[in-house]
Amino acid sequence: MSGQMSSRGRRYFDVLVVGAGPAGMAAAISAAKCGLRVGTVDDNFHPGGQIWRTGSRGVPVAEAVRWFEAFERSGIDVLFGTRVFDQLERGVLLAETPLGISELGYGKLIIATGARERFLPFPGWTLPNVMGAGAVQAMVKHGLPIKGKRVVVAGSGPLLMAVSTYLLKMGARIPVISEQASWRSLARFAVALSGQRVKIGQALRLKMELARIPFSTSSWPVEAHGKDRVESVSIWRRGRVENIRCDYLACGFHLVPNTELASLIGCRIERGCVQVDDFQQTSITGTFCAGEPTGVGGVELALVEGQIAGLAAGERTAEACLLFRKRKRGMKVVSALEDAFRLREELRRLASSDTLVCRCEDVSFSRLQPYTAWRAAKLQTRCGMGPCQGRVCGPATQFLFNWNTESVRPPIFPVLVESWANLADKPNPEP
Amino acid sequence: MPDRVVLTINGVTMEVQRGTTVANATVLAGQPCRTSAGGAPRGPLCGMGICFECRVIINGRLHCRSCQMLCEPGMDVRTDV
Repeated sequence: MSGQMSSRGRRYFDVLVVGAGPAGMAAAISAAKCGLRVGTVDDNFHPGGQIWRTGSRGVPVAEAVRWFEAFERSGIDVLFGTRVFDQLERGVLLAETPLGISELGYGKLIIATGARERFLPFPGWTLPNVMGAGAVQAMVKHGLPIKGKRVVVAGSGPLLMAVSTYLLKMGARIPVISEQASWRSLARFAVALSGQRVKIGQALRLKMELARIPFSTSSWPVEAHGKDRVESVSIWRRGRVENIRCDYLACGFHLVPNTELASLIGCRIERGCVQVDDFQQTSITGTFCAGEPTGVGGVELALVEGQIAGLAAGERTAEACLLFRKRKRGMKVVSALEDAFRLREELRRLASSDTLVCRCEDVSFSRLQPYTAWRAAKLQTRCGMGPCQGRVCGPATQFLFNWNTESVRPPIFPVLVESWANLADKPNPEP
Repeated sequence: MPDRVVLTINGVTMEVQRGTTVANATVLAGQPCRTSAGGAPRGPLCGMGICFECRVIINGRLHCRSCQMLCEPGMDVRTDV
């Protein structure tokens, strides 16, 4: 095992990779091949990120198995259950581990923090058993019995189809998939990716598997109903509102990049994405970024970006260049996804005045309406000031009110008081 | 290794499949994870450790994201943080 321990748990790596999803694994493997001492941290207990999450009863796809094996073989120091929450100084991150606080020193940093689902507020969305689409899948992978349960799948993005296929296989009943994008924009999406045989093949297979389920485009959830948990959902579909009984509402509106760590370190972020050069290097020399934080493009693009970042961190730029063409093909997906699943105007009007937008602090839509900026709303209403620190309501208010919600403050994740107490010599991060 | 894990949720004993997250155990127990500031029940939302809606007290430790923790034998889980 590499890495050096000090009294407060300090370790040093030539290359530190944050995130062990496809991009992070690819980056770590490539950097390790360059003969460097590589560390990878992830807050989960397994590699694979969200897309390759196996859980307690999942069987990983063949491609994932190959990457898992390579990851295991390459001598990378992997710290699971570890969450980076602050920067102590340039080149040293602070992370909360199951055993306490660790200082993670690095020569080069690769940010591969993935993406999360975008949630939009509508009446009833705070009821228990209304979850993200990917969230329901993750929960089922970790032991939630779904056989015979009715799951309405709603929102936007390719994830809805993938999740539905999985849930069907696990015995769920899916009365409807409700996709806010129009049929026309989905058709354009298919054409834009027509050069990509693999993707189209996957799409066709999904379509066949899903043939038994009503798939509605230009459709969205209007209200979730229930007392202690969701019991039914009103869906706008085929020009009218239809009430559908369900045990779960799996609802996410495509994905948003996780840029909090990049933002904390000071990397340039534009339109919600971390800006990188040809070698995946951010605006900060020696700090790279790969996968969804640079723009949501799916697993194939994440893998190639990760490889380029890893090789570049290892100063094997010639080898990295050989991957540029493959990345360019993958980049097509980013713009195609953005175009196809752009959120429609009607979704801005789903929340009623008393619908909560900030779930942590219970801040309603009407309380936010007077404000013109995120910062003022935060200070006056505490919107985005709760434990999730705006990860849920930030992207929502960005869509609803056009607020710029990219700025972050340390710690980027809440840390237990006793952990802070161990950091007495750290300067107060508050200005 | 035994296939089942016995734990308590709000003092009530329950048995789950090994590998089940604490979040799933609370859903199976029919218990919301917490009560919001406005008094409404809340359960897991994101399933990946970012929304904090699934936070519970585990063995006395506050603010545990139950979707990222596996059930362990003898675990004492308290909801309604």
